[in-house]
Amino acid sequence: MASVEKIVDPDKARRKIKADRRMREIMANYYMEAKTPKAQRGKKIAWITSGGPVEPLHAMDVIPIYPENYGAMIGASKMGVPLCEKSEEMGYARDLCSYARADIACATVAGGPIGGLPEPDMLVCCNNICGTVLKWYEVQARYYNVPLFILDTPITHTTFNDDMRRYVTRQSEEYIAFLEMACGRRFDYDRMKTVGDLSIRGQQLWQEILDTTMHKPAPMTCFDAFFHLAMIVTLRGTQTAVDYYEMLLAEMKERVAQGIGMLPVEKYRLVWDNLPIWYRLRWLSEKFMERSACLVADTYTSGWTSWMPYVDQTDFLGFMGESYARIFLNSGTDLMAENIVRMVKKYDAHGVVFHSNRSCKPYSFGQYDIQRIVQKKLGIPTLMIEADMVDERSFSESQVETRIDAFIEMLG
Amino acid sequence: MITAGVDVGSISAKAAIVQDGELLTTCVILTGYNSRDAGRQVYDQALAQLTMQAGRIDKIVATGYGRNSIDFADKAVTEITCHAAGAHYLDPQIRSIIDIGGQDSKAIVLDDTGRVKDFTMNDKCAAGTGRFLEVMARALQVDLDAFGTLSLAADKAAPISSLCTVFAESEVISLIAKGASRVNIIAGIHASIGARVVSMAKRIGVRPPVMMTGGVAKNIGVVRALEAKLATTLRVSEYAQLTGAIGAALLAAR
Repeated sequence: MASVEKIVDPDKARRKIKADRRMREIMANYYMEAKTPKAQRGKKIAWITSGGPVEPLHAMDVIPIYPENYGAMIGASKMGVPLCEKSEEMGYARDLCSYARADIACATVAGGPIGGLPEPDMLVCCNNICGTVLKWYEVQARYYNVPLFILDTPITHTTFNDDMRRYVTRQSEEYIAFLEMACGRRFDYDRMKTVGDLSIRGQQLWQEILDTTMHKPAPMTCFDAFFHLAMIVTLRGTQTAVDYYEMLLAEMKERVAQGIGMLPVEKYRLVWDNLPIWYRLRWLSEKFMERSACLVADTYTSGWTSWMPYVDQTDFLGFMGESYARIFLNSGTDLMAENIVRMVKKYDAHGVVFHSNRSCKPYSFGQYDIQRIVQKKLGIPTLMIEADMVDERSFSESQVETRIDAFIEMLG
Repeated sequence: MITAGVDVGSISAKAAIVQDGELLTTCVILTGYNSRDAGRQVYDQALAQLTMQAGRIDKIVATGYGRNSIDFADKAVTEITCHAAGAHYLDPQIRSIIDIGGQDSKAIVLDDTGRVKDFTMNDKCAAGTGRFLEVMARALQVDLDAFGTLSLAADKAAPISSLCTVFAESEVISLIAKGASRVNIIAGIHASIGARVVSMAKRIGVRPPVMMTGGVAKNIGVVRALEAKLATTLRVSEYAQLTGAIGAALLAAR
């Protein structure tokens, strides 16, 4: 019996991305520095949401730590279920985001990947990604007894007006004042200029890397992007990220030049929507690979460049509030659907795979409408997978496998 | 060319044998603990009904939840594609299918050649499935086979609002305690399945003529409840439960 022929791939070693090793080193060093005892490291630590403006932290030499990146690590190392259960014992509802549940629980136990996160000196929360982060960060501010700054970004359904602009610009100023108070010194505007330039450069490079998959065969898949994304999230605004992405881009360009695809056979090209299912990355990537289906692009990893049109290189700080308010996830269903339609065309995809993520409400809420819009505008098949990014209890292997199989059968 | 389809579901295993587009025989048994053995057994029984040797079969397609455990099949195809092929064979006019099996419910929209255009399935939940009906039959101490006919005698379907099998069971128990009649409770159960499955089917643009497939199609009460919600009549073939196996046998010939 074989619905799926096992593909023997003599070029497996050649397909491996060589930059992976350097990436692991950088991330290890990043966490090592952060986990060095405070007296030795000197620098303060701020926990920040994944879509929060991190650049001012770098300008003030504060180490940013991302509980959401840590949530992904918890998911990928399959530690999500016991931590989610622990948070439920603490009284948090199972319907809450699994990143929030896992992080809140992890703070109270000695454990988790890399033995837990270093304790914060301050918290920076931006609600451009969801509303959950407000309560999540309030909980942690009480737990660690540290100051919390909240940047409130109005949702950009379709347009951004002057009132919204003033509202977020004013808060950017308050953010600087908060940092001056928390760090006990004046804000370094010169350094900020450099950090802003590096942030923009990093995003440009990241987008260029993602765009190499326009080539057929695609030199990488979204499963690779999920891994290499960690740098644009955690080290955005640093020379390290720029240097690394230059190296990765060169490797991708080389793969394109040599015609090295990530899949042995690339028959179908697909777009992924929503966060990864972290504890099933390998399983999913193999399922799609065995069916010669290449996930060439995704809305998630490109989310970190979705505000680039609104950034002003000459006045990063002045436009910071607006650009962060206008990220993909803080927009309305129409803009989200438009984005997917644009991606399908750009990457010449045959279908879209939606992950209906139980944890991430703002990302998953409009998916049925988006699915309908995509089908209407493009007439291509779409697939809906119900799961969760970290909580494995919301994943049913045989159901997901049947859906993937039926979807591929539909693609013909 | 003689081909076979083996459909191993969560509750029953089905087999169909087809020769050049003509259905030769079908067979249904309970799946039980071992889906692999059930697949072998139902296939052997179908062959025995024809007094045919296994060597005469040119190709076999396995489908259903146990499809990947059927090691004697040439290929595995999902039940979604197989139901579409089977329904198209039984009635080429069919454009949509509502399939309710043991552990899942699906809606499929197909084109005029029997190919799947879109599909949707229930989430990880037993509500609106054959298993849901089994639980309810036990709570009401009624033989499942009598469920459909009994519900037709209802004068007013009892309201069952919960979407969860376990909660719905407690609702049923409260209704019994309140003295609601058995037939009205059964009609309420069917109405709740109808509402759940139809809202799912409408999402992918279900359009007539609609065929109902899967084991639950044998329950006239569910069929009527679906028809009321869809505002159209359902076509139910005598081979409703075997549609997937027949589709698998047909696809094996391609």
